[in-house]
Parts: sequence; structure tokens; C-alpha cells
Amino acid sequence: MTTVEIAPGPVELDAEGFLVDPTQWTEELAREIAREHGIPELTDRHLQVVRFMRERFFASGASPSVRALGKESGVPIKELYELFPKGPAKLAARIAGVPKPRGCI
Amino acid sequence: MATALTEPVFVEAPRATIEKVAVIVSKGSLEGVYPALILANGARMEGIEANVFFTFFGLDAIRKDRAGKLKVATVGNPGMHLPTLLGALPGMSAFATRMMSRQMEKLDIPPVPEFLELLADSGAKLYACQATVEMFGLTEADFVPHVEQVLTVGEFYDIAAGGEIIFT
Repeated sequence: MTTVEIAPGPVELDAEGFLVDPTQWTEELAREIAREHGIPELTDRHLQVVRFMRERFFASGASPSVRALGKESGVPIKELYELFPKGPAKLAARIAGVPKPRGCI
Repeated sequence: MATALTEPVFVEAPRATIEKVAVIVSKGSLEGVYPALILANGARMEGIEANVFFTFFGLDAIRKDRAGKLKVATVGNPGMHLPTLLGALPGMSAFATRMMSRQMEKLDIPPVPEFLELLADSGAKLYACQATVEMFGLTEADFVPHVEQVLTVGEFYDIAAGGEIIFT
């Protein structure tokens, strides 16, 4: 468990870098996590995916799969991989401050 | 003179990562094809390069006319825990296939044709084995458009070089 100092205060991350409490998420925090994972600037398209992930997580209690992201976030799979090259579901979940997606797809 | 035995020393292996995989699909049953597709997709989800080589009956998975019609093998499949003679009854394979497809959909795993599209969109490359394409008298036109190319084994090894090879 690590803590990261980001306005408005320190937040806790688990061993894999996922936010422990999803309600502590801010867009500023998202930008910070994205920078640490090689995405220098979050575009509107990134944020569309990130917001969809958060909505989905709070509605269903689980982070969506890549398949669900591709079908329902409004961002097709190809573009998801361009936006989040090192694996869209996990990286987008990290940036969105929601738990790691559990599915294999 | 006896030397005192010392406690064995365990050296932990350095944390390694997989950067690239080649998955070879040689079977044409639904339960033979799904593991390969899931492994390849799982690789892409982790940012791992994935190349998939369809050979022998594995070619059924990428044939336009068959990709959506793969069946679970109910005969000669001990994993079914079904007496062989029962498994041979008409409709058993179709029934087992429906059951598995329903289960897969519940797990958010797409049917094979959609899965191939998902893989291609994820950046996985799909290839058909030239020797078996010729053996079955097929041409590139018989395959779904997500198939990159028909390749010889040698050409595939060239593409797969430096990665882990997974045979299914």
C-alpha cells in the first residue's frame, strides 16, 4: 500500500497502483496517474472512457471489460488500444480510480 | 575431514515479463478454439504482442462458413464426463455447444466470429497455415477478413521470433 500526495490530499493506492477508495478520485489525480503510466496528456477521448468506467463501476459494482468498453463507451476497441497502449481495461481502470477489472476478456 | 553442511541458499528469480506470444490453434472444436482466443486476447489486454497461427482443423475457426458453427466434441472427450455412446446420440453435440455458448456469453466471452474481430481490433495478428490451406483446397477468400495472411511455417516462425510459443 502506498500513498500519493495529490491535491486535495494524500490518497491510498493498492500494491498494483489502483485507487483504494474510488470516491477519492479527481480529474487532477487521473492526469497524474496517466502521466506516471506514459500518457502525458489525457484527451477528451481518454476522459470519455474514464468517465464511462466510473459510471459503470458505481452502477454495477464491477469494472467493465474491454468488450463492454468497445461496445458501450462510444470508443471502439481499436481506438481504445491507441489511447491506452499497455492494455486498455487495466490502465483505464487505474486512471479512472476504480478496481482492476476481473474478467479475462 | 567432514565439512559442516550449510543451509541451502535460495535465490529468488528476477521478476520477468512476457513481451510477445505466438498461439498455435490446431483444433477445430469449440473447446479447442476458445482457450487459444482467450490466451491471445489476454495477452493483448496486458499490452503483450500476440500472433495467432491457425493450422489443421484450427482453420475452421477462421473460415467464413464455419467460424460461427464450431461444435463441442461430445465423443472422445473425457472432459465431458459422458459415456461415449451417449455422446454419440444425435443432438448431443449441438446441446453441449448451446450450453457452452450460453456459459461463455455469461462470462462476457463473445462468440467466435465476434472474438476474431475483437482480436484483430486489439492488434493481435491472425494467420492461416499455408500447408493446411492447400491440403483442404482453400483460398484466402474462404477466411474472415480479420485474417492477415496465409503463411508458411517458416514465415510464421520468423514473425513469432523472440516470443513464447503456445500450442493448443
